[in-house]
Amino acid sequence: MKVSLGPVLYFWPKQTLTDFYQQAVSSDADIIYLGETVCSKRRELKSKDWLTLAKQLADNSNKQIILSTMALLEAPSEVRVLKDLCQNDQFMVEANDLGAVQILAEHGVPFVCGPAINCYNANVIQFLLSKGMTRWVMPVELSGDWLRTLLQDCQQLGIRDQFEVEVFAWGHMPLAYSARCFTARSENKAKDDCELCCINYPQGRVMRSQENQALFVLNGIQTQSGLRYNLLNEVPQLATLADIVRVSPENMASVSVPTQFKQQLNNYQAYVLDNKECNGYWHQIAGLAQHAYS
Amino acid sequence: MELLCPAGNLPALKTAVDNGADAVYIGFKDDTNARHFAGLNFTDKKLQQGVDYIKANNKSLHVAINTFAHPGQQQRWFKAIDKCAEIGADAVIVADIAALDYASKRYPELDLHLSVQASATNAPAITFYQENFNVSRVVLPRVLSIHQVKQLARATDIELEVFAFGSLCIMAEGRCYLSSYVTGESPNTVGACSPAKFVRWQQTPSGLESRLSDVLIDKYQQYEKTGYPTLCKGRFHVEESLYHALEEPTSLNTLSLLPELFNANIAAVKIEGRQRSPAYVEQITRVWRQAIDQYQLSPEHYQVKPAWGQALDKVSEGSTTTLGAYHKAWQ
Repeated sequence: MKVSLGPVLYFWPKQTLTDFYQQAVSSDADIIYLGETVCSKRRELKSKDWLTLAKQLADNSNKQIILSTMALLEAPSEVRVLKDLCQNDQFMVEANDLGAVQILAEHGVPFVCGPAINCYNANVIQFLLSKGMTRWVMPVELSGDWLRTLLQDCQQLGIRDQFEVEVFAWGHMPLAYSARCFTARSENKAKDDCELCCINYPQGRVMRSQENQALFVLNGIQTQSGLRYNLLNEVPQLATLADIVRVSPENMASVSVPTQFKQQLNNYQAYVLDNKECNGYWHQIAGLAQHAYS
Repeated sequence: MELLCPAGNLPALKTAVDNGADAVYIGFKDDTNARHFAGLNFTDKKLQQGVDYIKANNKSLHVAINTFAHPGQQQRWFKAIDKCAEIGADAVIVADIAALDYASKRYPELDLHLSVQASATNAPAITFYQENFNVSRVVLPRVLSIHQVKQLARATDIELEVFAFGSLCIMAEGRCYLSSYVTGESPNTVGACSPAKFVRWQQTPSGLESRLSDVLIDKYQQYEKTGYPTLCKGRFHVEESLYHALEEPTSLNTLSLLPELFNANIAAVKIEGRQRSPAYVEQITRVWRQAIDQYQLSPEHYQVKPAWGQALDKVSEGSTTTLGAYHKAWQ
């Protein structure tokens, strides 16, 4: 089982991103996804900068480098940027919207189906394979049982060996995308006049209930889980179902998380989740819950 | 422009037709549609009566099959499509690629409308569904500004349907897991957002509390109007500020945008609310019928009448209305 570093979901300054990827290159991750997936106004790195960075990473490591693309595409200008990325001719692209799938299929190149695309069953997998999908990242709300049944269906259809399975296994999960920017709203600003304030919140802004429960993390137009998803305990199960587990970076220290997953593969040790972590989705219960191991 | 109204049961369907709906949309009594609520939707017997009433009045029936098929259970979604073909539905509103693929191959004559749950917000995404499944209409998610709606209308040759009135989803539909994060059940997987069985109201010394599962969504003082505890409409803290961090409990109302929607050649305006009462359906349908008729009679003199606003306010969530994402300032 391989480990990937997912795209950085927050708005980090250029230097921070550069530093992060310098460390990521020497991490235990096998795959690195990079690119802006949340908001087109975040342009510390522009498309060509991401491509340059991707080339540097590819030249300095044997890791697979993938370009991730936006989940919510509305403006024609956003579609133009998407097209440029999809036609880069060097790196595989992670599609996070079916608009990207359309462009990639027209271009005749293989792609990763990202977690923001609604692929819930084997028939959809089969259809996306016909469009060039070679890797499927499961939507974060689905469980281990769901995955097992889906893969059994794929087996019956004779397509199980035609794609890799990746599971989001660590980090704050993207749960929703909106037209509204909640970070701007939290500063009493309109989205059009946001002053790129997301850059002040390198891990998003925590939204708490009136009982002080950390419910969600506001990350621009994206709403994330208030708790960090952590499937370190599920590694033995994951290893039988998935080809790749994804670590979603939170800060510089996240580059060491792939090591933890690899250690679990070789020398499994039960991990005690703290009160800022959850694993409910995998166990088909509320996402924010922690599974009670018996 | 088609006026498309919701019906969660037979009385609502008849009310919609009687008050001027051009088309009515419904769902079957199971989790193949995104309003899978207790006591709602159509059994086979009621379905036939509904179909008969629609046909007798020369209106259109759209059936929503807009959740995502569970692994190993795809046949249930396919059978729901079969049923639409059997009853002679005028259109099926579909979200899942598996169901779209099945319907387009098995029933090439059946009109396929892309559900809002499929979240197609841009031209290449629309092309994807058009080319692969021959969908004839796309229901646009409530995340686009009116400017973006117009841009899409120019960029594509497909029929566009927009939400005109009703509860406001502020997230891109079909891509929101807030509900399953807290309850384990989401619109995509079980066909309901913030399902009623997880809702709890409790009077406490400090106010009336609304909860979803155990999560406190809001707390109301006596003078405050309460709202259904949907996660995106509660009051929460971001650092020291306590406010509706995502959205206030308001309803979408686009009566004032009607001329622009006409100019953009929008094929249909959709009223949200299959879970609402026949009384709601009656009010909304009547007002929207009048508005559309008035515009068509005399576009240059179109004005939102105060009486319309009053009628709609009575049945609106939170008693206030908004233009939502259509208006850039809301975003």
